[in-house]
Amino acid sequence: MAKVIFITKKNDAVEVEGDSGSLMELATANGVSGIDGDCGGVCSCATCHIYVAPNDFEKIGQPEEIESDMLELDDNVTQYSRLCCQIEVTEAIDGMTFVVAN
Amino acid sequence: MTSKVTGISEFPDAFAQQRRVTGMGQMDDQNDPVNMILGLKDVRKAAHNCAVFQSGAKPGRIVIPSEVAIRETRQIPFEVDPPEHGGFRELLNPWFKRPLDECYQARLQTIIDETIENAFKAESFDVVSQFALPLQSKALTLLLNTSMDKAQTWIDWGTHVFRSEGSDLDGDKANILYNYIDEQIENAILNPGDDLYSVLLNSEANGKKLSKEEIKGVMILTFAGGRDTVINAITNSIAYFSENISDLKRIDDQPEILNRAVEELIRYFSPLTQMGRVATQDTSVCEHAIKADTRVSLCWASANRDEKVFKDPNNVDFDRKVNPHISFGFSHHNCLGATHARQILRQLVLSLANKVAQIETIKADENIEKLGEFSRKVGFNSLHVSFKSK
Repeated sequence: MAKVIFITKKNDAVEVEGDSGSLMELATANGVSGIDGDCGGVCSCATCHIYVAPNDFEKIGQPEEIESDMLELDDNVTQYSRLCCQIEVTEAIDGMTFVVAN
Repeated sequence: MTSKVTGISEFPDAFAQQRRVTGMGQMDDQNDPVNMILGLKDVRKAAHNCAVFQSGAKPGRIVIPSEVAIRETRQIPFEVDPPEHGGFRELLNPWFKRPLDECYQARLQTIIDETIENAFKAESFDVVSQFALPLQSKALTLLLNTSMDKAQTWIDWGTHVFRSEGSDLDGDKANILYNYIDEQIENAILNPGDDLYSVLLNSEANGKKLSKEEIKGVMILTFAGGRDTVINAITNSIAYFSENISDLKRIDDQPEILNRAVEELIRYFSPLTQMGRVATQDTSVCEHAIKADTRVSLCWASANRDEKVFKDPNNVDFDRKVNPHISFGFSHHNCLGATHARQILRQLVLSLANKVAQIETIKADENIEKLGEFSRKVGFNSLHVSFKSK
């Protein structure tokens, strides 16, 4: 079981927990504002953009090429950007905080 | 036009050679030529660079074929550039996300179930005019939040809002839509309700109340943008499953693959071939000079078969977990109606998987677009099939 926090654009902190699926699915299932996941997680829409905390970024890992190509053209991209449809919910992310980009 | 009954599930990549050789294609369109951008990364870059490749040109000019001759109203937010575009999207996005509501989905399911039941009752039927068009029209009543009886008017317009029998634009036919929308706006002023017209009449974007002309622009986009595209997506899906019934059975057995399957079908079909932009300055794409005030197209259909991005791009693969297709466009101007379209397809494909044992094709007339040097199958003019229920 992983418990994580999303910080939305309005600075609301939303704490959610899950043990499977993608981080995008966990966010949309809990109505996290700014995470739409329109394409259902196939990395086509870039509506699940988050920032990972710098200290956690190494643990989460760099995006694959297709994901980084998508992020490259997002106006709000930073070096800590990820599309959360490509992050699995496992115990490895337990306790992390993610900032919603849009 | 061609007539055939086998191979109808195949949608060849019309752009492969030119995409590999130069990355660009050319076509004329009513004496306003178009440089077609063919590779996925180039299309995405151009779509994102709205300062150089603008949407806010003369109304109708970014559409291919151009609608300059038949339309003066600017479609909103589609033909508006940032930052003004963002204000309109902020207003419209929540309304166009309503297909995610359970209540909306339940009503959509009723429409889909009735459409499939009617198909079972018929010995055979034309998918385009007797299945996809009624389904699209009835589903549109949900998006507009209007009464279901409006759908019959839209069905009676036929499959094309802007075209008569051929592919040429038909100004008289387009005026039927424009006049209809004018009437509906006036009706909503006299009898406000909770439909999209009424909501827009009471809305502001970019700090200003929407004008009637702006509301008309939103409504034209909503009617026109989601008509041929949704009809193509529905019809092409049925054509695909008619020759690949085991894939439909697989969805019934493994409903967890539904989303991947729908996204893959949308990539493969690319229901809208391309969309234009107008260059605001001299620039270049793939070392090809683009002059200021000329048109380029973002060729979604070519980009979605780009072998540099997609493995086996001409195969329909429901196991394609990462699928960065751009059938709904890309960046600021991604499709406003994508949530509605996806919801129709997800529920329709799952319902077909649950209910249909076999789809037999009787005759098919493919719709082949002539795009300069390219000929592309985008859908069907008609597709006569019969459904066998489980």
